[in-house]
Amino acid sequence: MALVEMRGVSKVFPASSRGGSPVRAIDDVDLDVEAGDIYGIVGYSGAGKSTLIRLVNALESATTGSIRVDGTEIVGLRERQLQRVRLGIGMIFQQFNLLRSRTVYGNVMYPLQVAGVDKREAHARVAEMLQFVGLAEKAHTYTDQLSGGQKQRVGIARALATSPKLLLADESTSALDPETTQEVLALLRRVNEELGLTIIVITHEMEVVKSIADKVAVMEAGRIVERGPVFDVFSAPQQPVTRRFVSTIIDDVPEAEALAALRTRHPGRFVRIAFRDEGVRQADVFAELIRRDVTFELVHGGMEDVGGRTFGNLTLSLQGADAEVDAALAAIGARIDTQELR
Amino acid sequence: MTAPYGISAGDLLAADTQMGELWPLFWEATWQTLYIVAVALVLGGLIGMVLGMALYVTRPSGLYPNRFASVVLNVFVNFFRPIPFVILIAALQPFARLVVGIGIGNRAIIFAMTFAAAFGISRIVEQNLVTVDPGVIEAARSMGAGRLRIIRTVLVPEALGPLILGYTFAFVAVVDMSAIAGVIGAGGLGNFALQYGYRQFDTVVTWTAVIMIVIIVQVVQFGGNSLARRVLRR
Repeated sequence: MALVEMRGVSKVFPASSRGGSPVRAIDDVDLDVEAGDIYGIVGYSGAGKSTLIRLVNALESATTGSIRVDGTEIVGLRERQLQRVRLGIGMIFQQFNLLRSRTVYGNVMYPLQVAGVDKREAHARVAEMLQFVGLAEKAHTYTDQLSGGQKQRVGIARALATSPKLLLADESTSALDPETTQEVLALLRRVNEELGLTIIVITHEMEVVKSIADKVAVMEAGRIVERGPVFDVFSAPQQPVTRRFVSTIIDDVPEAEALAALRTRHPGRFVRIAFRDEGVRQADVFAELIRRDVTFELVHGGMEDVGGRTFGNLTLSLQGADAEVDAALAAIGARIDTQELR
Repeated sequence: MTAPYGISAGDLLAADTQMGELWPLFWEATWQTLYIVAVALVLGGLIGMVLGMALYVTRPSGLYPNRFASVVLNVFVNFFRPIPFVILIAALQPFARLVVGIGIGNRAIIFAMTFAAAFGISRIVEQNLVTVDPGVIEAARSMGAGRLRIIRTVLVPEALGPLILGYTFAFVAVVDMSAIAGVIGAGGLGNFALQYGYRQFDTVVTWTAVIMIVIIVQVVQFGGNSLARRVLRR
C-alpha cells in the first residue's frame, strides 16, 4: 500500500467575489506516493500543486475524494485528529516560515513542544537534528541573522524533529540561488537515503525534479496530465505542457526561429534523432551516415544524465546525394526515433 | 500696562502663586493620575487584547473565520471608537452607575476610560497581528499546533515588539483622557491643573502639572521603546 493514496480528489474554493464562479483548484486527482519515493510534482503557478500538497497534511480540506496517509483516511477527520496526523508529516516552505521570535534552537524545539515530548528528550533531539543539517554552532542565533540556505536547513531540521515518515517540500528551493539550491537538494537526498523519509517536492523548476526525484507528476489546471518515472517522462514527454517543462532543461528540437537561423548557416537537411540509453548507440548512427557518404554536423541538442541514465536529442544537418540521405534516414529510422525537420 | 480682564502682567508671571501650599494636593493628584491611568490601561488593555484578537481571528482568512462575528465586531468597535471622550463620559454615565455603582468620581472615570481604551486598543492589536506572516502560522499548523496554541505561541510572540509600542501609544492616549476627569468630579493632574491653575489664573500651578504629565509620558515612552527594542533585537 502506498504511503499517500489519493483517489478522485477535488478541491473547490468558493467564489472569491459575489457573482464570481467557484474555483476548481484540484480536479479529480488520483495519486500514489510509495514509501521511500522522492516524488516531484511540477506545474506552472496556478496549476494547483500548492493546493495538492496542502491536501496531504490537511492544511486544506478536500471537497470530494479520499486521501489516505500511512493507511489513515484523513478526509472528514476532525481538527484535533488532523493535528495528530500532521505531527507525522513534516513540511518545508519557499519562504522558510521560521519564527522570528525564537532562536534556531527554539524553532526546531517548537514541533517537539507541540508533540508534548519530554524536555530532556526534546533537547537531545534538537541537538541531533541541528547536527544532521550542519547548524549545531548556530543553535542560539536568531533566524534573521541566517542566510537563505541556512534558514532552509533550519526549516528541514524543524520539519524532521518529530521523526515524520513523510516530508512535504513546497517550492523549497525557489527562493535560493543555484549553488544553495544544490546544497539544499543534497540535504533532501540525505533525508531520503539516510533517514528513509518519503518526500513530495512541488516545484516549477525541472532542474529540481531532475536532480532528486524518482517519479514526477505534471499538473495543469488542477489535473495531473502526465506522470511516471522521471527518466520516462523526461525522455518521452507526451503532453505539450510536459514538453515545455522538459525543454527548459533539455534541448529538444530547436524553436522555429532558431531553426530558421540555423538553416541560413547550415545548408543540409535537418533531422532530429532521439537517443535513449538502452537504444542505439551514437556510433552506430554515425557509422551508417559515413558508409553512405553523407556528411553531418551537429547543430542543436545535447546528452543528459537523468537518474544515472543518459538520453538526448541531437539535431544533425545532413549533406549528401538525396538518395543516399533518404536511404540512411530509412536505415536509422528503423532502429531509433528519427524525425526530419522541414 | 493693564492687561485685558483686569489681569496684570504680574498675574501672568504668577509672582503670587499658590503652588507653595499646593504640593500635597499636587502629589495626591499625581498619584491619582497614575492610579486611574494604570487601572484603565490594564483593564482596557486586556479587554482590547481579547477584542483585537477576536477581530483578527474572525477575518475571512483567520484562524476562526466567521463572517457574521466579524461584521458584528467591526460595527460594534466602529460605533464606539469615534465618540469624543468627553461626550462618551456623559453617555456612559448610566452604565457606570450600573457597573461600578456610581456615575461620578474616580470609579466612573476609570469605567469610561477602560471602555474607550478597550476599543482603541482593539484596533491597535488587530493591526499588529495582521502584520504577522501568515506563512509562519501555516508552518505552525503544519506541525500540528492547535489554534489556541498558535495564538499563544506564534501570534503574540511574533507581534510582541509592535504590540509593546502600540500599548505605549495607548498609554499616552489614556493619560490624555484622564485630563478631562474633572468633569465628573474625578481627580488627577488634569483636574488639578484646571482647578488650581487655570481657574485661579495661576500659571505656575498649571505648568507644574503639565511638566509632571510630560515626565510621566516620557518615562513610559522611553520604557516602551527600550522594551520593544529588546524584543525586536534592533
